[in-house]
Amino acid sequence: MIRLAASLGLLLLAALPARAAVDIQEVTSPGGFTAWLVEEHSIPFVSLEIRFKGGASLDRPGKRGAVNLMTGLIEEGAGDLNAQQFAKAQEELAARYEFDVHDDSLAISARFLTEYRDASVDLLKLALTEPRFDEDAVERVREQVLSIIRSDSTDPDDIASRTFDALAFGDHPYGSSLNGTLDSVAALTRDDIVTAHADVLTRDKVYVGAVGDITAEELGMLLDRLLGDLPETGASMPDEAELSLTGGVTVVPFDTPQSVAVFGHSGIRRDDPDFFAAFVMNQILGGGNFSSRLMQEVREKRGLTYGVYSYLVDKDYAQMVMGRFASANERIADAIAVVRDEWAKIAEEGVTEKELADAKTYLTGAYPLRFDGNAQIAGILVGMQLSDLPIDYIATRNDKVNAVTLEDIKRVAARLVRPDALRFVVVGQPVGLEAVN
Amino acid sequence: MRQLVLCLTALFLSTSVQAAVPTAFMLDNGMQVVVLEDHRAPVVVHMVWYKAGAADEPPGRSGIAHFLEHLLFKGTDEMEPGEFSDTVARNGGSDNAFTSQDYTGYFQRVAADRLELMMKMESDRMRDLRLTEADIGTERDVILEERNQRVENEPGALFQEQRQAAQYLNHPYGIPVIGWKHEAASLTLEDANAFYREYYAPNNAILIVAGDVEPDEVRRLAETYYGPLEPTPGLGERIRPQEPPQTSERRLTFSDPRVAQPYVIRTYLAPERDPGMQEEAAALTILADLLGGNPATSVLGQKLQFETQDAIYTSAFYDGVNHDDTTFGLVIVPVPGVSLAEAEAKLDAAIAEFMAEGIDAEQFERVKMQMRASLIYAEDSIAGIARRYGASLTSGLTMEDIEAWPDILQAVTPEDVMAAAQSLFDRNRAVTGWLMQSKTAEVTQ
Repeated sequence: MIRLAASLGLLLLAALPARAAVDIQEVTSPGGFTAWLVEEHSIPFVSLEIRFKGGASLDRPGKRGAVNLMTGLIEEGAGDLNAQQFAKAQEELAARYEFDVHDDSLAISARFLTEYRDASVDLLKLALTEPRFDEDAVERVREQVLSIIRSDSTDPDDIASRTFDALAFGDHPYGSSLNGTLDSVAALTRDDIVTAHADVLTRDKVYVGAVGDITAEELGMLLDRLLGDLPETGASMPDEAELSLTGGVTVVPFDTPQSVAVFGHSGIRRDDPDFFAAFVMNQILGGGNFSSRLMQEVREKRGLTYGVYSYLVDKDYAQMVMGRFASANERIADAIAVVRDEWAKIAEEGVTEKELADAKTYLTGAYPLRFDGNAQIAGILVGMQLSDLPIDYIATRNDKVNAVTLEDIKRVAARLVRPDALRFVVVGQPVGLEAVN
Repeated sequence: MRQLVLCLTALFLSTSVQAAVPTAFMLDNGMQVVVLEDHRAPVVVHMVWYKAGAADEPPGRSGIAHFLEHLLFKGTDEMEPGEFSDTVARNGGSDNAFTSQDYTGYFQRVAADRLELMMKMESDRMRDLRLTEADIGTERDVILEERNQRVENEPGALFQEQRQAAQYLNHPYGIPVIGWKHEAASLTLEDANAFYREYYAPNNAILIVAGDVEPDEVRRLAETYYGPLEPTPGLGERIRPQEPPQTSERRLTFSDPRVAQPYVIRTYLAPERDPGMQEEAAALTILADLLGGNPATSVLGQKLQFETQDAIYTSAFYDGVNHDDTTFGLVIVPVPGVSLAEAEAKLDAAIAEFMAEGIDAEQFERVKMQMRASLIYAEDSIAGIARRYGASLTSGLTMEDIEAWPDILQAVTPEDVMAAAQSLFDRNRAVTGWLMQSKTAEVTQ
């Protein structure tokens, strides 16, 4: 013990956190697109992360699931190529395209070998600008989506999330699954898909992060080639979500041995002056590693769960503090009581000096470790732009963490952490747990 | 655009692939060391892999390898319980561990200048773990909750346990890694200590260090921290009970009200990659891609999802990194209105057609092209490459086998693949499972 602690102390003094050695360039294309780039020429490929802001929240009323189904169809045929021909062309280039949709953005992750870059960009452009949405492709992908919706309907994790979201956000798009329902997806027409495409994939919504074997000038040309033919604008952005959540316990009876709990209440905006204090506080409360209070109290000391986490949800139109865990039906009531106690404790007492110091060394040390791969870094670059962070943010971020004081945390905890406002949604056959509205 | 497709068919991936060149050496006490350099970021991944997994457990003690993995985060003669992970976190790192049938691995991801501290702590817990009864009771509850989360709450996972048990009559691969529930619930301090003392030793371990490091420095540190550890004498070859010849087809149905999407899955007993003999495994790897890789271009996808729309999803899968015989699998998820019996018949018909028609030359070349490109893309994740080395070495392969594998894949011919398929597709060596919904699950608000 003593020997280790002594050497540890020396190491901590001697070593400052590694600096994130990323040199970000802002690239403006001749056609007026901007992108953030990190050049990395040691491996002959480039990672491109493209986001169209708005994502599934741009579903039109009554058309829930349209943007998701459209996203699934982007690679199912374009221009002269049907779905199979498109897939073959992509394989012949060894290009990797992934299309995904979230509440606030439609995400495209692309990797191209340097050797086939131009042809790979042309093929992706074809998918973005001339998708065919053939009837047989629509039916094929529709069946895939319906299968996912059916599977989610008997998965306690998904039931918990959907129930919580509905309670929190009601009719706002955040209040329902972006997959849509069996009925809404069955009713979608090809026209709905075409409309969703025109609503979402527009020049005014696009953000790009690029990392790899490409120069700024080449990237500028690439952007114009890839995105230049997209329409200027589409759907307007959704409204702010009104939070309709109240404190209490909702039980969704489901016959399974382990209950799943999702819990939360309102959160804090990313541009709030106390955001970093809230971020550090959450790290101490339930931030994901074994040292957090929730992990220590619920798992390490009592063995009530395999994992318990809390997290700040920072969506474009809503902010939450949330958490989740799962415990056997007979034990979930005990686990909830422990979580409630920890919620109350941090709200009343804040954190200790040692906890704050440990959280800071973890967060500041872990930050540069995120920058360790082209695809990974490209994702960070585009995420920063979506969050409206400045291009020098990476260099200043650890200073913001280090500036958080015990008083800051006490203040933000008292304001943000509200035990009475916590809503627990529990899916399972919990024993000794009453629903409370 | 048709023009694009035509001209590209002629292209060939000419980029020379400069994979991270590993440095490998052995410490005097028998500990193998592999260093993978990647200087793009000041990060290092430090891993210790033990050649001991669930398939090495004593009879009746299923789950002990995984349970011990959890217990390694308790105290040692020098560290308090929890101190290991706390120290990693205080240094800005993350750490975790994993257990499979063939290995147990521990890793930390930290700034490169913290490597020495990681080695100091990891070497400490290789021989000097100090477990107490209190550790056992709480942590056993945690692994039972882990089993609840991964298996009891997931009908697909319960189904897989039954299929795996049917696949292996005699080999311990038929027993789940996390352990049968009744056995995991009765594991003791003595069980954990016995497994630990036997298998956690430098001559049964592989150190892999990947990232912003120099091999000479890794050697110096490894000799300092791991070098003095005592080996376990008399650790012999890993010889597990092997399967008798399978002479009759095995079939099972699994019904659960929580199943919303029924499917058919069949697995055939198949050879794994063996040291110096990886050719058949290479042919099976390519066969899996041809049959069930990308649905839009694979044989099963084209026949069952495109030509007819009988299936929502099809797949073929094979992973040759295994110590003993592995499996080759086929899956079909039918569209509503197509029964599991019909789906299975269509799957069989598609395989029979493939055996009669043979391999499309263009598809064969595209699959190989993807494999060459994967080598380049894989360079982006040094941690991924490190895991590949760890899993391969603990499954009995050598450094030479790992390095030869890409060339062996490229040397496979269509005839090799058809020959491998011919000997594989024998229903008397397969387990066919139907996952079904027994009745509508009740969900009420």
